[in-house]
Amino acid sequence: MTPDLNSHPRLAAGCRLSENNQQRVLLMPERALRLNGPSLEIVERCDGKHTVQQIITDLQQLYSKAEPKKVESDILDYLARLRDQRALDFDG
Amino acid sequence: MTLAPTNPLALIAELTHRCPLHCVYCSNPLELESRSGELDTLTWSRVFREAAELGVLQADFTGGEPLARADILDLVRAARAAGLYINLITSGLPLDEAKLDALVAAGLDHLQLSFQSAREETAAEISNTKSHAQKLRVLEWLKSRRVAVTLNFVIHRRNLNQLAEMLALAESSSATRVEFAHVQYYGWGFANREQLLPTREQLANSIDFFKRAQERLSGKIRIEYVVPDYYAKYPKPCMGGWGRKLMLITPLGEALPCHAARVIPGLQFENVKDRSLREIWEASDSFQKFRGQAWMQEPCKSCDRRELDFGGCRCQALLLAGDASATDPVCSLAPTRAKVDAILEAANQPSAPAASLTSPAWLYRPNPT
Repeated sequence: MTPDLNSHPRLAAGCRLSENNQQRVLLMPERALRLNGPSLEIVERCDGKHTVQQIITDLQQLYSKAEPKKVESDILDYLARLRDQRALDFDG
Repeated sequence: MTLAPTNPLALIAELTHRCPLHCVYCSNPLELESRSGELDTLTWSRVFREAAELGVLQADFTGGEPLARADILDLVRAARAAGLYINLITSGLPLDEAKLDALVAAGLDHLQLSFQSAREETAAEISNTKSHAQKLRVLEWLKSRRVAVTLNFVIHRRNLNQLAEMLALAESSSATRVEFAHVQYYGWGFANREQLLPTREQLANSIDFFKRAQERLSGKIRIEYVVPDYYAKYPKPCMGGWGRKLMLITPLGEALPCHAARVIPGLQFENVKDRSLREIWEASDSFQKFRGQAWMQEPCKSCDRRELDFGGCRCQALLLAGDASATDPVCSLAPTRAKVDAILEAANQPSAPAASLTSPAWLYRPNPT
């Protein structure tokens, strides 16, 4: 299921951003994801304040050379994947 | 010399072997370590700092029952200050609401609550303790605390008929993750294997159940399951490969490549009191012993899968084939696979009903002093 554009994603309980040897990582139960470039830009905005649409708009501006539709679909896929790993909650 | 290919990602901190439960499949060794020699707070704190410097991201606080340590809050604070993510694997028995709040305030990230069953009487039989009602209380308290929650059900022949009840319990809780882990046959589980090994039919039914549950609860609860490797075609990549991802520290400070490594004769283990974690990880004989491929025998040595499963589990090779360097006997290509097949055949006899009413003669794990 695609995340709702008007919902506010935020990191679920027990999921947090951290840093190890200059590498940003998303820590969660029994798992860690290395974050670089766009994945870090997305997760940093999963703060319960940005809507999914705002995250998309921000990244379309940051990566203005990329095809905007592609940026949108990549972000929606990534957010859905994090939700399925139970790293994100989506507030209304 | 084989160089350490990677840094460890997780540190398994066996803080104590003391435990109020006496589970018949406990992953602690048969020879439990006593309270008097346990590492002190300062030594553990140094170990956490050294682990973070080595690239470790997560600490698994386990035991025994890690909450049996009187300094547990200091240990959580120290690991968190070192930059580690903290998983606490607990029976929940020593918890009350104040202790839970203090743990969360100290920086606990994730609490994994172990269940022996969804039913009081099965749980009591497996753990030889009355603990189930307390676990249900802990689940209620967790609903109002900001901490990740995993429910861990250890499953086997005697409780595989209760999967639906276990899942319902998880769905009524605040857990975002459930582990259904079939018993692994080392130590106490190996001693009680005959009563624990599931039938082929039980295993097939359980896998169907997990797949349906994963589909239905996608996005709500992450469901993970571990199958008993006796029934597998190929062995598991035990610990992600020897000395590749994990490091376990025992209550007395010995550094082991896996929970059961002490069964392997001739291996000397370094102690964190004498050596830094980096020295042990990079250069100790015990961590080097089964790294890479030089130690492998045929059929592993020339097998296409040798970088996928690393030859399977060294402790299982020792326990079943009598040789820690042999191919894991659960592998269908292993020359010793017939031993595993004979064990499975006995477990699948029609004369050995899975949920027999007669209580088996369990070997319970004691509580060390």
